[in-house]
This record gives sequence, structure tokens and C-alpha cells, in this order.
Amino acid sequence: MSDILNTLLYHSPALIVAVPLLGAFLTPLIGKINDKLRNIFAIVIVLITSFLVYLLVSDVFSNGIRTYVFGGSSPLVNNSFAVRILFEVDGLNAFMAIIASILAIAGVIYSWSFMKENTGLDKYYTLILLMIAGMFGMILTGDMFNFFVFLEITSIASCALIAFRTNQGSAVDAGFKYIVISSIGALFILFAIGILYSQYNALNMAVIANSISYGFLDKIALVLLISGLAMKAGIVPMHMWLPDAYGRAPSSVTLILIGTTQASLYGVLRVIFSIYGKHLTLPVKTIGDTNLSLSALIGIILISFALLTILIGVLMALKQNDFKKMIAFAAVGEIGYMLLAFGAAITSISTDPLTGSTILATHGEVALKGGIFHIINDALDVGLLFLVAGAIYYATKHSSLNKLGGLARNMKYTTIFFIIGLLAVAGIPPMNGYVSKLLIYQSTFQVNPILSIIAILCSILLLAVFVKVFHSAFLGPKLPKFKDVKEVPKSMILGMGIIACIIIFFGLFPNLILDNIIDPVARAIFDYSAYIGGVL
Amino acid sequence: MIYNIPYIAVVGLILIGLAAVIFKRNLIKIVIGITIIESGVNLFLITLAFRENSTAPIYHGTGSRLMSLPVPHALTLTSIVIGVAVLALMLTLIIHIYRHYKTLDVRKIGGDEE
Amino acid sequence: MMGMSKIVKTIASIAFPLSMIYGLYVIAHGHLTPGGGFQGGAIVASACAMILVAFGSVWTMGKIKEKHLSVLESLGALGFIGLAFFGLIYGINIFFNNFLVNQNVIPIFNEIGKGLANINTAGVLPLMNFAVGLKVIAGLFAIVLVMAYATRLSEGK
Repeated sequence: MSDILNTLLYHSPALIVAVPLLGAFLTPLIGKINDKLRNIFAIVIVLITSFLVYLLVSDVFSNGIRTYVFGGSSPLVNNSFAVRILFEVDGLNAFMAIIASILAIAGVIYSWSFMKENTGLDKYYTLILLMIAGMFGMILTGDMFNFFVFLEITSIASCALIAFRTNQGSAVDAGFKYIVISSIGALFILFAIGILYSQYNALNMAVIANSISYGFLDKIALVLLISGLAMKAGIVPMHMWLPDAYGRAPSSVTLILIGTTQASLYGVLRVIFSIYGKHLTLPVKTIGDTNLSLSALIGIILISFALLTILIGVLMALKQNDFKKMIAFAAVGEIGYMLLAFGAAITSISTDPLTGSTILATHGEVALKGGIFHIINDALDVGLLFLVAGAIYYATKHSSLNKLGGLARNMKYTTIFFIIGLLAVAGIPPMNGYVSKLLIYQSTFQVNPILSIIAILCSILLLAVFVKVFHSAFLGPKLPKFKDVKEVPKSMILGMGIIACIIIFFGLFPNLILDNIIDPVARAIFDYSAYIGGVL
Repeated sequence: MIYNIPYIAVVGLILIGLAAVIFKRNLIKIVIGITIIESGVNLFLITLAFRENSTAPIYHGTGSRLMSLPVPHALTLTSIVIGVAVLALMLTLIIHIYRHYKTLDVRKIGGDEE
Repeated sequence: MMGMSKIVKTIASIAFPLSMIYGLYVIAHGHLTPGGGFQGGAIVASACAMILVAFGSVWTMGKIKEKHLSVLESLGALGFIGLAFFGLIYGINIFFNNFLVNQNVIPIFNEIGKGLANINTAGVLPLMNFAVGLKVIAGLFAIVLVMAYATRLSEGK
């Protein structure tokens, strides 16, 4: 028995990507036989993938980096030249894989009854499995061009799913905006990959990180890579597609779309910390007497973009009338919080005067931990709010706040889930949002007190926005046209319940998560030489 | 100097494509702009693979000559395939938009329902 | 869309088998000359699009249903992933392994090395080329067929 588990563990990086791909190609054939069989098949495939993710993650957190080579037995040819495609899984990759698998399970279970009245469900399940396969490929790979290919697979599949309701003109328009901005960003990334390949004759991330220098062409490649990945992650000023796309897609699709947005944010981290890691303490600009190092410059730019994102996200959420668009603008603000934490961490990188090695100051470590914890918290909180919005749309067929009211009498479970999501997004104890936001406030106060004040104020504004939504949609007198609105079906409640239980668990036992999961991840991000040592 | 002309053409193509995407109002012209950017990036990848007096990277039976690098050819081929898929998707979305709004002007489509 | 005149229909019927044979040649010799799965598949798909333009979309939709094309496309993709998984079982436990080279069970696929430009070199690569070529033919032809049929519906109203 343990022999089979060992074989599965050895091949798990490849199987995590190949099993959803196989499922996606088998779904049209199975869909011609029976409809219920196809739904059960999709859920079984996602459960098998999550089991493999659990095996891989529990091994990586206890034993270190794991490398998997395609088509050969070692990545080196003639013992010196690393030329094969490989997947390299360290702490950060394993953490993103956990988030992706939780979102995938909740999304597919929720869409069992949410999409029941639509036609064309064969193509829906094929595209969702293809999107899940592309997301896992983007997270686990160790090769730059492989990352680009999986990025494009994910963006094509998600554009087709955003425009799924073709009878509404605004949904198709949202899909068109998404694919235009997404493909321009991907072409910028391909241009930067071409520049890096021409300099160092390698496409492997670890080999490029080992032999990178900081000339003129490398600066151009860094700027193009960060702008291309920021276009996909929804950072201001390239955020125009995000409210429309999140607001018009079916709710189960939005859940998995959150996962792909955060995989692009993972790409930004991987580029800055691992590929350009050797030169982060290089002095690049002299203002007066002091030398600004590369890390300080990148940190200041990221912090300014993050402040813009938080302000625009929260202020635009105040004046929306549409339920899902309001939650989408709140999601834009939350991405700003993550970027603020990472910018503060990058600013505090310096050289230790005693040993000459690069270290992170104490407030930098706290900021890094807060940012990483906020990735998973934001995915769960905003995901739960979108699922609640989908449940209301399923029950009442309205999505504008002017027409809803008095729903708390008929839909008890949905109201409870919405209260949990509201407390978690605004950062109120005992939910998990409180822990990560407290770490962010603590660490950014040391960089500059004004940042912390703006962050706390915007959090309070978010609370005000969602309390207004709660009052107008759930409380109030019963409207006559909603007299026979019933509670939503059981599979949707199950999907929402999984996420709500995880939110409460993270909020009540934060130390368990911080010590066992977040601490190794923070150490793994900063240690680029271990990443290189996994291959060479 | 003569071997730098393709690189100047690459920058020119990308700037023309970006200008078309940002400043034009017809949806079809935006799609054409994206195709021009993609042609520029493909040209850049092929130009990286060139060496002087080299031939295609395929083995013949007779002797051996200098060959150009085969890896950028594979990267360009993948990029062309992805470009075809994205172009087909964008044109299908334009068919749906035209059927719903009866116009192709980018300022007149979109907006909330109810 | 309507079909075209009789001269165009006759010439298209003559040119169609020639284009298909040329496309199959490009797919099959992908490991020896420039070409391979996608390039040959695009050639055959443009030959099929020529038939679509010459005979009209109503006639073509009557001959080939869209769900047959969907089954062909899935078979092509399954062939590709299936060959990758076979490398896991029959090879030395490596995914995507080229397991038909250097083995003794099926002696036909065994030759490697430069200087031998025969078609049965390079192991599992020609089989993967055929799978990808089938998927590209079915996929591109389905795209063009559905777009032509959709435009006919909207201008007929």
C-alpha cells in the first residue's frame, strides 16, 4: 500500500496537471451518454487531484524541494547543460497549490445545481477542467516558457467561461475586454522571455537565476515582466477588466478566476525574489548622499501602486448599485493590501554588515508573513461573498441592490454565510481577516506611519459598504414579489459551508497555521539559493 | 548595421499595434492591432535564431554546415498556434456583440442592465 | 452563405484531394522536414474551408454534423495524452518518455541516428504528430463551419 503511495508521490507533480487535462478531453464523450454521469465524473476528477495535492504538500513541507523532470531521468545533458522541462515545487508553490485545490473543489460542487437550467453544459465542464489544469500548471512549473503557455491556456479558457451567458450583451462585452488586456500582457511576457533567452541561452528559471547579471537589457526584461504580470493581476491602472469580468461571470467561475488572478501575483513574487534575487542589494540610484538599492526602488514603486489600488478599489465600491460589481471592487482593494505587504517586505532587504549576506529586517519578515497569509484569506473571503451573491441571483433572478429587500426571513443559511464573509473581509475578530490585517498594519507602520493609517481607514470604509448592503438586501420589510422565495439547493449550501468552516477554523487557531505553514513559506521565498540548488 | 534592421522593424510593429489598440474605435481594428503586436513578437523570436551563413536545422546525409538555433523556432510555432486560438475567440465574441447591440463602436457597447 | 457558380465548384472538387494529400505528407514527415502536427493540420483545414466557401454552408452542414467533429477532436486529444501516459507504464517510470526507441518488442520503430532519413525513425514522435494533426483538422474546420453558419442565420432574419 505504501508502495503505491510512494509511486503516486513521485509522479504527483506531473499527475496534478495531467489528470484534469485527461478529464477535460473525456468529458464531451461521456456527456453524450448521460448528463448526471458527466457531473459526477467532474467532481471525481477534482477530488483525485486534491488528494494528489495533499500528498505532495505534506511531503514538501517536511522534506524540502522536490524536482520532477519530463522525458528523461535527470535535468542535465552531458552533466553540465540543464535543458529539459522540469517542475520544481518548493514552499511557495505548495502553498498556492493548497489555495487552488480548495477553490476548485468548492467551485465544481457549487456548480452542480447552480448551472442546472443552462444549456451547453458539456462545454462548461470541459472548460472548467481545462482552466483548473492550466492554473495548476502555472503554479507548479519551473520553466519560463512553460509558465507562458499555461498562462495563455488559462486565459483563453476563462474568457470563454466569462462570456458563458451569451444572451446578456454585457457578459460578452466583459469577456472581450478581458481577452484584449490579457493577450497584450502575455505578449509582453513573451518578449521579455525572448530577451532573457538571448542573453543566457536557457529557459529554466533556476539556470537564469544562477547566471543573471544586471545590464541594460535585464532592466528592460524586468520592467516588461512586472507590467505584463500586473496586467493579469488587476493592479491599478490596469484593473479595468476586473469589475466587469468578476461581476458578469457565473459565480462558480468567479471563484476559480480568483485563483488564477492570485497565480499571476505568485508570478510577480517569483520574478522579483528568485530570478533577480542575486542583485536585490545592488545600489542603483544616488539621491544626494545616500545610495538607493534595487530593492528599495522596487519596493517604493510597488507601495505607491498598492496605495492607489486600495484607494480606488474601496472608493469605487461605495457608489455601486450592482451587488457583484461591488464585491469585485472590494476584491481589487484586497489585492492592493497584498501588494502593500510585499512592497514593505522588499524595502527592508539589506546587507548584514557582519557577515555580508542579505537579510530581511524584523518588520520585513512580519510583512512577508502577513502578505502570504492574506493571499489565502482574501481568496476564501471574497470567494464566499461571490457564492452568496450567486445564491441570491439563483433564488430571485435580480442582482441590483435597488430591487432586493427583506430576504433574511426566507434564506436563513445564506444570511449566516453573508455575515461571516462580511466580518472576515473587514478584518474583525474572530475571523481570519483580523490576523493577516493586523500583521500588515504592524509592519507597514515601521516603514511609514501614513501607510498604516490609510490602510486602517480603508478597512473601516469596507465595513461600512458591506453593512449597507446587508441592511438593504437582507433586513427590512418583506416585499410581496419575494413571497415564495425558497432556500437554495443543498449542493450550493455545501459549497459555501466548506469555505465558511475553513474561515472560522483559521480565525480561531491562527498560531497553528502561522507556525506550520506560513513560516516555512516565508523562509522559502527569500532563499533563492535553495531554489537554484534544486536543479544544479 | 544591416543585421540590426529586423530589430528596428520589431519595435516599429509593436508601437503601431499598441497605437491601434489604444486609439481606434472600431472593434475589428482593435483585433487587427493585437495581431500586429503578435507578428512583431514572432519576428523578434525568429531574428534571435539567425547566424551568418547558416542553414535550416535539419540533418542531411551529406556533410555538415553551420545551423541556426532550433529552440526559438519551436517557441515561435507555439506562439503562432496560441495567436490563432485567441483570434478565433475574439472574432466569435464580436459576432455575438454585433447581434446584440447592432453596432461595432466601442463607446456605444457595455453598460449595466436593469 | 450561398454557394458559387459551377466552374468554381468543379475546380474546388479537383483541388481538394490534392491539398489533402499534401497536408497528410506534411503531417507524416514532421520529424524529418519542416512541418508536423499543426502545420499539416492547418493545410488540410484550409482545403476544407475552400470546400465550404465553394459549396455554401447549408450544403456542408447537411453533409457533416458538428457533433461528429467534436468526437473526432476528443479522440485526437485523447491519443496524445494516452501516448504520454503509456510512457509512464512501459518506460522506466518517466512521464512523456519516448518508449519506442531502443527497445526489442516492436522492432520496426528501432532506428535512430542522423544520416538515415527514413520515416520509421524517432520512436513515438510520428504517432503524436498524427494525433495532433487530427485534432487541429477537426478543431479549425469546426470553427470555420460554425462561424459561417452563424452569419447565415443572422443575415437571413
